Amino acid sequence: MSSTVLITIFSLSLLALVSAVILYFIAQKFKIYEDPRIDEVQALLPAANCGGCGFAGCRNMAEALVKADNFEGLTCPVGGASVMAEAARILGKVAPVIDPTVAVLLCNGSPEFRPRTSQYDGASDCRISHSLYLGETDCSYGCMGRGDCERACAFDALHMDPATGLPVISDDKCVSCGACVKVCPRHLIELRKKAKKDRKIYVACSNCDKGGPARKACNVACIGCSKCYKVCEFDAITIKDNLAYIDAKKCTFCRKCPTECPTNAIIELNFPPRKPKLEVQAETVNG
Amino acid sequence: MSNLLNVSPSPHSHGKESTQKLMLNVVVALIPAFITSVFYFGIGAIIVTATSVVSCLLFEYLIQRFILKKPISITDGSALVTGILLAFNLPSNIPVFIIVIGSFVAIAVAKMTFGGLGNNPFNPALVGRVFMLISFPVQMTSWPVPKGFATGYTDAVTGATPLALIKEGLKNGEPLSQLMDKIPTPAQMFLGNMGGSIGEVAAVALLIGFVYLLFRKVITWHIPVSVMGSMAIFTTILWLVNPEKNANPMFHILAGGVLLGAIFMATDYVTSPMVPKAMLIYGCGIGIITVIIRVYGAYPEGVSFAILIMNAFVPLMNAYIKPRRFGEEVKNG
Amino acid sequence: MLKTFPKGGVHPPENKITADIPIEYLPLPESVTIPLSQHIGTPSIPAVNKGDSVKTGQVIATGKGFVSANIHSSVSGKVNRIDVVLDSTGYKQMAVFINVEGDEWISTIDRSKVINRDIKLSSEEIIKRCFESGIVGLGGATFPSHVKLTVPSGKKCEILIINGVECEPYLTSDHRLMLEKGEEILTGVSILMKALKVEKALIGIENNKPDAIAHMTKLASTFKGMTVYPLKVKYPQGAEKQLIKALTGREVPSGHLPLDVGAVVHNVGTAFAVYEAVQKNKPLFERVVTITGKSLSKPGNYMVRTGTPLSRLIEAAGGLPDDTGKIINGGPMMGKAVANIDVPVVKGMSGVVLVPREESVRNEIKPCIRCAKCISVCPVNLEPYLLMTLSEKGLFERAEKERITDCMECGCCSFTCPASRPLLDYIRLGKSSVIKMVRERNLK
Repeated sequence: MSSTVLITIFSLSLLALVSAVILYFIAQKFKIYEDPRIDEVQALLPAANCGGCGFAGCRNMAEALVKADNFEGLTCPVGGASVMAEAARILGKVAPVIDPTVAVLLCNGSPEFRPRTSQYDGASDCRISHSLYLGETDCSYGCMGRGDCERACAFDALHMDPATGLPVISDDKCVSCGACVKVCPRHLIELRKKAKKDRKIYVACSNCDKGGPARKACNVACIGCSKCYKVCEFDAITIKDNLAYIDAKKCTFCRKCPTECPTNAIIELNFPPRKPKLEVQAETVNG
Repeated sequence: MSNLLNVSPSPHSHGKESTQKLMLNVVVALIPAFITSVFYFGIGAIIVTATSVVSCLLFEYLIQRFILKKPISITDGSALVTGILLAFNLPSNIPVFIIVIGSFVAIAVAKMTFGGLGNNPFNPALVGRVFMLISFPVQMTSWPVPKGFATGYTDAVTGATPLALIKEGLKNGEPLSQLMDKIPTPAQMFLGNMGGSIGEVAAVALLIGFVYLLFRKVITWHIPVSVMGSMAIFTTILWLVNPEKNANPMFHILAGGVLLGAIFMATDYVTSPMVPKAMLIYGCGIGIITVIIRVYGAYPEGVSFAILIMNAFVPLMNAYIKPRRFGEEVKNG
Repeated sequence: MLKTFPKGGVHPPENKITADIPIEYLPLPESVTIPLSQHIGTPSIPAVNKGDSVKTGQVIATGKGFVSANIHSSVSGKVNRIDVVLDSTGYKQMAVFINVEGDEWISTIDRSKVINRDIKLSSEEIIKRCFESGIVGLGGATFPSHVKLTVPSGKKCEILIINGVECEPYLTSDHRLMLEKGEEILTGVSILMKALKVEKALIGIENNKPDAIAHMTKLASTFKGMTVYPLKVKYPQGAEKQLIKALTGREVPSGHLPLDVGAVVHNVGTAFAVYEAVQKNKPLFERVVTITGKSLSKPGNYMVRTGTPLSRLIEAAGGLPDDTGKIINGGPMMGKAVANIDVPVVKGMSGVVLVPREESVRNEIKPCIRCAKCISVCPVNLEPYLLMTLSEKGLFERAEKERITDCMECGCCSFTCPASRPLLDYIRLGKSSVIKMVRERNLK
């Protein structure tokens, strides 16, 4: 081999060696000690960085889990119970059992039931229209239909239905991260306890006006008549501010309240059709 | 729709401005330059401009319709302006296929890949032009001699532009005073009787366009004046230091694409800074870099490169150079 | 050279179609709905109950706390109920519903038309009378006037500035008031000068009202310390900070009040209300409202009692035109669109504009072309295109640094934008989010 080649090989190799040594010492000097368990826990987490846990990203959640004394108040809704159990095992802590939840819209005011009384022409954003006025209908509590929730969802689980103007939530895609809950200016979306076969019974209304104005604004509004409350044998229903609310943790799906409701404000989903008895059934909506 | 009252946030009134009107005003401002281009370069000018405009509009339409599947927006006039400005940077004898390639680069690569109107960091017409210059250096540097309709199209007789003459001459060691005899007089250059690209030759036509744009409030004075001013100052200094190697400032401003660049290319809304202070810095940067390329660089003309280089700094300028707010407290006060 | 503010501003078409129409008194309606919050600050507490008889000028609600205002009945009759009403704010709020019976005024009001220039009350008594009479800023902001007149210790007021600018298109209530009640207004100004203990008052009037300028200049020469200045016609010349800058050259620092540069600004309508309150013992329960619009058959300026449904005012103007697309409380630049024609007239309603349908629909939103026209028209020299993007993306910390809270929501940016972008919609969203964020940060 010619001397040029030898000199080249020698000088470049020396350069590489010197650089490697310098880099090694610098890496050692500026090394930040991190608990290696943080990496282990982070590997378990789904890496969606959705913020559903309340932290800025999965790494921050992993740090919090490692540093915390117990898992009280800490849960990854996307990973679910299995991920939390595994993290608990690695860290020698106990994961509290948390019921899986799913997002549900507490409003059924499509134009069919809730007539429009004005037209909103501003920027297509629910927070903006909510801060402007009561809305395009006489119900000042109901969904404004501009899609802030759809834009907030990182899991493709929420889509606006152009026919009803209301968001439709896909149970299989919803991971309960809570982004839609935070962004809705009227707090219409709730994370309710998931039941088998995605069954749901809930009051699809958030209107706190007295019965008269509520019904006038929307045909399927809750008027606070308390008939559901009276028929519930499991103490699952509460009436506050002219509005009924069904606690999903106490509800046993006995299916008595939807038939009692005079305005069809209570919705039951994914149940087998009722056996025709004496009265006409409440039709399942948004099936 | 119905009889329902319309409710929206204030303001409930809108001025007469629209994107389309602004773009059409730019086209109107370019009409004098187009007329002089046809006057000097004949049929070639018409063919090049028409090809460029049609290609730009066509590429934008095709991309929006078939690739992006978004609403078609070619009626807003921005592709039309890009097409005209791209043509005005080309020699009048350039073959059609090169123009089509250049239009493709200008619209598809420099504009649509970044997200369409409003999102591109670099001036699309200049990106197209520089791409053509580097890919087809021979065709892009043979400049027809202006002979009106006798110029012909691809068979035009070509000659050197004033800037190229000076550059070559100085390289060969000829003194400047001798070279200045070979190039057109300032009066001829002002009227456009010299070699060059279609749109850059006639200073008088471009200046008429400038006045129109100012009058219609399409652009402000900051960028054109700072480009020309910084160029004038820098070239004056060089000329005073060595009149035998450096041409006078009047020559530098009238020769090449400075006027076209300063008035129409550097003032492109999307790629220029938004705050007046920043516009002045941007204009000075363009002027200085142009002169550096002309005097010390390998190319005879540097306006296109200068503008593209300064385009790269614009996001930084927009982020850090802020206007003085009303009621802003002066520091240490 | 006419004085003006140096930066920004737009020139919307003036459309002052009611400028030559004298003020008429609108006949009393059958019932009024008087909201309990017609001012900035805490809503007032009702002082009457269902079934009570009330007289015109009687207190029906008392201000709660310092930044609040008394509310008086604008009619005589019986209180029907105290209930919610949808009003021009776009929301429901509590109001006193009164069925009108006759028009009996409380005996303490001096109903004579003689102009009384002799100010007997002291400074402190004037401020107290303003509070008792429910005087609030009638330029539209409805800030309780007694608060503005109370100079905190450590601060000093050097000049009183009177806002006769009326820069919003269409509105002419201040213009007519200056022409027809000029002497009363200037007496009100001298009352305000006494309350603030200042020797100088500057009165700014936009140059599109030459008759008002001439009339007020002539009248001002019969008073001490008052000068009338014609101002260049440019929106938003009537904005407080812009007016101070134009008349005195002083710039109110960001986040501060006019008093920090020694100035206090009051609208001509407020000055008139102060005159009536101090010299005639008449509380605030009626005001001049311009009802206007291209399709109206009889647009005009009316003296309207608060609580009158808007539909009555529209009736007097010839009825609701068929092509009405939008009804604005205020002017087209900063006014608020109402959803319902029965909203009550309130203290802050200086005018109502009816917009035909073709003009009431917004243009299609196009992408931002970075033309920087929004920056060039912003009177506060902000960067609206950037503030909109930051608000859309939720980058509120950066928005705070970009001084989004300095925005006065004048609307010049949205008005100018060639791409018809809803700049102000998103800036408002950003402002409220930043204010909320700052509040939460301060609580920690």
